[in-house]
Amino acid sequence: MCTMICEQANMTGSGKGTEGWFPLEQANVFYDHPFHAPWEYGVNIDFVNKSMGVGSRVSVELSPESAKLLAETIIKALEKGEKDPQIKISVLD
Amino acid sequence: MYTTDQFEGMIANTTTIKGYNGDEINAYFARPEGPGPFPAIVVIHHLPGWDELYREFTRKFAHHGYLAISPDLYSREGKGTPEDVAAAVRAEGGVSDDQCMGDLQASAEFILSLPNSNGKVGTFGTCSGGRHAFLAGCKLDIFDAIVECWGGNVIMNSSQLTEKQPKSPNEFTSQLNAPLLGLFGDLDQSPTPDQVNQHESELKSANKNYEFHRYPEAGHGFMYYDRPIYHQSSSVDAWQKVFTFLEKNIS
Repeated sequence: MCTMICEQANMTGSGKGTEGWFPLEQANVFYDHPFHAPWEYGVNIDFVNKSMGVGSRVSVELSPESAKLLAETIIKALEKGEKDPQIKISVLD
Repeated sequence: MYTTDQFEGMIANTTTIKGYNGDEINAYFARPEGPGPFPAIVVIHHLPGWDELYREFTRKFAHHGYLAISPDLYSREGKGTPEDVAAAVRAEGGVSDDQCMGDLQASAEFILSLPNSNGKVGTFGTCSGGRHAFLAGCKLDIFDAIVECWGGNVIMNSSQLTEKQPKSPNEFTSQLNAPLLGLFGDLDQSPTPDQVNQHESELKSANKNYEFHRYPEAGHGFMYYDRPIYHQSSSVDAWQKVFTFLEKNIS
C-alpha cells in the first residue's frame, strides 16, 4: 500500500529542476513507494515550489540507510561550518 | 479466446468527463471497434498516478473486448508529468474518498451511456486503486463486479484516518453490493497476510459474494512489469483470474 507518511518543512534555497534553477519553498519527505528506485519502500525527498507548478520539483529516492547517512552528513557539515569563525552565512531575501 | 482469423481494432484516446462536483476531468478511454454490445470497466490508477502503466492496463482491457475508461483522479491537482502530479497529490495526503467515489460514479455513467455498452460495468484497481475499487463496491451501487488487487489501507487504524479518508473501508463491508475478486501477494507488507485474513473473514461473516486468490511468492505490486517486484507466474495467473471473473459477471 501507499503509506501516506509525509513530513514537510518550509525551505529557503534553490533547486535545479528539469527547466533550470528555481527558488525552493518546501521539502516533502516521504516514507513510501519510490517511483524509480528498485525497492518497495524508501525515503523519497521532494524539494518543491508549489506556487510554480507541480513540475518545480527536485526529487531523490533513497534507501532508509542512505537517508540516515545523508541526515548525519548534513549535520556534520553544518557543525563544521558553524564552528568556523571565518564563515558567515547570510540570506538575502 | 483470440484466434488469428479475427479482425481486431481499437480506438484509444483522452476524453473529458464531468466528475465529482461537476468538475471536468480527463479520462483515458480505450474501446474495441465494432457495434458491441461490450461490457465496460472503470480502471482505477494507483498512487503513482495516471501513468503509462495504467494506460497500458486500460488498452489491455479494450483488447479483451471491454469498453475501458481510466479517469485521471488527480486531474484537479495541476498538469505535468504523472510523477510530478502524483508527488504533489501525495504531499497533500492523497485525494478524498468522496471526490474519488464521485469520479468513479461519473466514469461508470459515461461508459454505460454509450450505445455499444451491454449495460454492465465492473471496476479494477491496484494498491490505492484496489482500496478505491473495494470502497466503490460498497458505497456506490453502479458496479456489477469489483476487482481489488492488493488494496492498501482497506483496513486502517485510527491513527491513519484523515479528513480525506475519514473511515476505514472495511467498515463498509456489509454494504458491498457486487461480486468481489481479491488478488494478493503473501509477501506484501501492506496489506499484510493478517490484514487479508481479516478482510476475508469480514466478507465471509457478512455473507458476501467474493473470491480471494493469494500468491505465496508474490509481493506488493506483483503485476507491475515495470518494477523489480514483478512476479511473472503470479501475474499471468492473476490476469487470467481477472478476465474469467469479469466474463462470468459482466459479459
